[in-house]
Amino acid sequence: MNQALPTLTVKDYTSDQEVRWCPGCGDYAILKTIQKLMPELGKPKENHVFVSGIGCSSRFPYYMNTYGFHTIHGRAPAIATGVKLANPALDVWVITGDGDGFSIGGNHMLHVLRRNVDLQILLFNNEIYGLTKGQYSPTSQLGTRSPSSPKGSIDLPLSPCAVALGAGATFVARSIDTEAKHLSAAVSEGYAHKGAAFIEILQNCPIYNDGIFEQVKDKKLAPLHRIEVEHGKPLVFGASSEKGVRLNRDTLVLEVIDVAGNEDQILVHDATNKVLANLLVQMRGPDFPVAIGVLYHEAKPSFVEDAHAQLVKARVAKGDVNQLLRSGHTWKVV
Amino acid sequence: MELAEENLNEHHLDEKRVVDVVVRFAGDSGDGMQLTGSNFTQATALYGNDLSTFPDFPAEIRAPVGATFGVSAFQIYFGAEDVTTAGDALDVLVAMNPAALITNIKNLVDGGLVIVDSGAFTTKNLTKAKYDTNPLEDGSLDKYRVLTIDISAQVLQAVEPYNLGHKNGLRCKNMWTLGLVMWLFDRDRNPTIQNLRSKFAKAPEIAEANIAALNAGHAYGETAELPSGIHVYKIPKAKVAPGTYRNVTGTTALAWGLIAGAELADIDLLFASYPITPASNLLHELANRKEFRVNTFQAEDEIAAVCAAIGASFAGSLGVTSSAGPGIALKAEGIALAAATELPLVIVNTQRGGPSTGLPTKTEQSDLNMALFGRHGDTPMPVIASATSTDCFDVAIEAVRLATKYMTPVMLLSDGYLANAAEPWQIPDMADLTPFPVRHHTDTEGFKPSLRDHTTLARVWAKPGTPGLEHRIGGIERSYETGDISYDPENHQLMTTLRKDKVQGIAADIPLQEVCLGNTSGRLAVVGWGSTFGAIHQAVKRARQEGLDVSHIQVRYLSPLPRNLGELLAGFDGVLVPEMNTGQFVRVLRSEFLIDAEGLNKVAGQPFKIGEILAAIHLKLAALKEAS
Repeated sequence: MNQALPTLTVKDYTSDQEVRWCPGCGDYAILKTIQKLMPELGKPKENHVFVSGIGCSSRFPYYMNTYGFHTIHGRAPAIATGVKLANPALDVWVITGDGDGFSIGGNHMLHVLRRNVDLQILLFNNEIYGLTKGQYSPTSQLGTRSPSSPKGSIDLPLSPCAVALGAGATFVARSIDTEAKHLSAAVSEGYAHKGAAFIEILQNCPIYNDGIFEQVKDKKLAPLHRIEVEHGKPLVFGASSEKGVRLNRDTLVLEVIDVAGNEDQILVHDATNKVLANLLVQMRGPDFPVAIGVLYHEAKPSFVEDAHAQLVKARVAKGDVNQLLRSGHTWKVV
Repeated sequence: MELAEENLNEHHLDEKRVVDVVVRFAGDSGDGMQLTGSNFTQATALYGNDLSTFPDFPAEIRAPVGATFGVSAFQIYFGAEDVTTAGDALDVLVAMNPAALITNIKNLVDGGLVIVDSGAFTTKNLTKAKYDTNPLEDGSLDKYRVLTIDISAQVLQAVEPYNLGHKNGLRCKNMWTLGLVMWLFDRDRNPTIQNLRSKFAKAPEIAEANIAALNAGHAYGETAELPSGIHVYKIPKAKVAPGTYRNVTGTTALAWGLIAGAELADIDLLFASYPITPASNLLHELANRKEFRVNTFQAEDEIAAVCAAIGASFAGSLGVTSSAGPGIALKAEGIALAAATELPLVIVNTQRGGPSTGLPTKTEQSDLNMALFGRHGDTPMPVIASATSTDCFDVAIEAVRLATKYMTPVMLLSDGYLANAAEPWQIPDMADLTPFPVRHHTDTEGFKPSLRDHTTLARVWAKPGTPGLEHRIGGIERSYETGDISYDPENHQLMTTLRKDKVQGIAADIPLQEVCLGNTSGRLAVVGWGSTFGAIHQAVKRARQEGLDVSHIQVRYLSPLPRNLGELLAGFDGVLVPEMNTGQFVRVLRSEFLIDAEGLNKVAGQPFKIGEILAAIHLKLAALKEAS
């Protein structure tokens, strides 16, 4: 069927539910960006399913006028896998946070990525537990003072993108809640990717962790604290692209250098290079800019496609239950 | 009630007309006893006897050779009358080594036949089995009839032409022994020969060596000097209804029941599971059946398994998950999500000995409390149990029916005994089963996710991909009216009552409780659920043959209970409830119906013996007499 889709707008993707995030929450910006992006993806809205776990970010599906399932803490990737296995034609999105996705649900995240289940996974990382009122999360910086760590947290944080790469993710990107254009582009690319697309969104929590990403978000500070990577383009940053990143070939670590006079040493981003991706995801302040953009992608077999192919193959000849019940050794009593 | 055992005093082999026999094959876990048992079972079924089997194996895959904890056994009870248990005491014990002898000899009846491989009674093996002296020589087996054969030597001689070497040659010992026992009971070796040829299709010399061993064992019987009174037994065929039959284990019957259920519901089924003993075989069976409306998913853990099943149900398929006790505990949060969002889900619990890792390969019924009550919140859920291996087929279909009709999680209780035990099954015809096709909602007119059927109280099932029905569901309490989030106190009261009424309403849709043996009122009712069926049935049958007023009631629907159950039980002076736990169902009956039901409890990892239940019946009747 090649029927033209009716033209949809952001309104069509806005549900009738009152949005209940705190004023100034980064989630509003993300919601608006996704609602705007949906019509551009060219699928009827009944084809989209948003699955979330528990946490502030996980309220997201209630506000999308698509199919949605607000589930239980940490389990959205597993539930989404079931949805996608049952109906591979659906576009299935996972909305999760740093606690939901990497603390209580860490195991499911690991496996959904290594299996390469065809999902778009949007991780809202605000480096704090919001809904439970401000405890430190697995991505909180060392020393974070919170109700459960009054003297400062002593857990070393993890980097979601680094864990995703380690788990075998085939698409890893990072973006920022309020950077609508950048975020929209990253999510679009993830949507087009076959398999699991993992997108970390740095998201501000104005109540419990306000300003944690200020350096990468603030118009004045950001040029020196973030680097927007693009496949095939040199890894440069700064207000006038005066800084660059090179690889020290003796120590195998990245270094920030001035572009002037070192043009030939500046690395060019190759989003298919996993070694480079592993170095880029680890960069953070104060010595390094935070990398945003599509950090890595590779073409790998998709779990759901392969699972479906096995079904199709097995069902070339449809099973007859009566025949199954009579398979093997049977005997007749007359 | 204290567990006691009456000796049924059965010496089947010495009856004038031998109509039934209990045989147990026991050896090292690497000796191939399960294979021996299953081939003997097949031959017995083809012979026309009724039968029941009890594979009893250790948790260790390959325990050290000769160790008592590595003994693997296969017990079969077969005969001319209806057989519902694997038998209390053994008439014939085949012991492949001292460890197998020492762990099983106490169950052999006095005068019973024990066949031993003297070649395995080495000093080393005797020490491992903790025998101070050789039981074959010290007179300790005098009260039995002992057939001592150097099976190892016999086998090596039989397979010599195939040049397998000493070690591989000895691996044919089980087939030699099977040949001998087949001779003893006049069984046909041909099906086993065919099995061996197909099992070893890629190594024909191994198949032929095993066949040679099988035939040599059989030939040995023809010429051997047997203990006095032992001869070839021709057990009369059982009188069974005409039809096509097969042997089936509970696991296979359950898997096929799910397949049949999906067919009858006209729906795809996603079976999501994580490996755990003794439930894994269900996953194995279904993973190989994708030509039917079944897909399988081996999840990363128990929680992911139940969640993937719930996701599949949200998407319009039926999600099914499966585990044993500890794994079911992990699924509890997910089960409650399915109950809250009113999505269909079937959870199969193949119960094993607990708590914790407990006894993974042994059977128990101790997860009933968890099935009925083991969830946070006020979360009712239908619970049904299969009584026999073949019953697993019907109960699986019923679980699919209830889950899809009432949009609810349903727990199906099986156990380690049913999972592995085999019995003959009169194969049903799909055309005789009533379909219950699922209808997903498609009408956009006035749609909201909270719409429900006013009779069943089931919520609509609108699956993603359906235009115009886009909606959100979730674990936060939902408004009765709209399905949207609601924190309203009155609404929560209403929804809690609704969930309770919906599950309770199923009582109107299930059969009235019947009495499976005996009168519908009287002196004593023995009430069972699950795999205790066989032992209760035989015990009640024997008690009735003694002229005692005893009835057998077996309950399949544990929640909600059949609507006439209370009234039925009230018609008996006494109610006895045998269970393989410390009294979980008896407590339900006492609190639901305010009756003085009494428990008979066994938690030994082994099924009840007929004699144990018979003893309890006698004690209970005596107590009732005294009280009246």
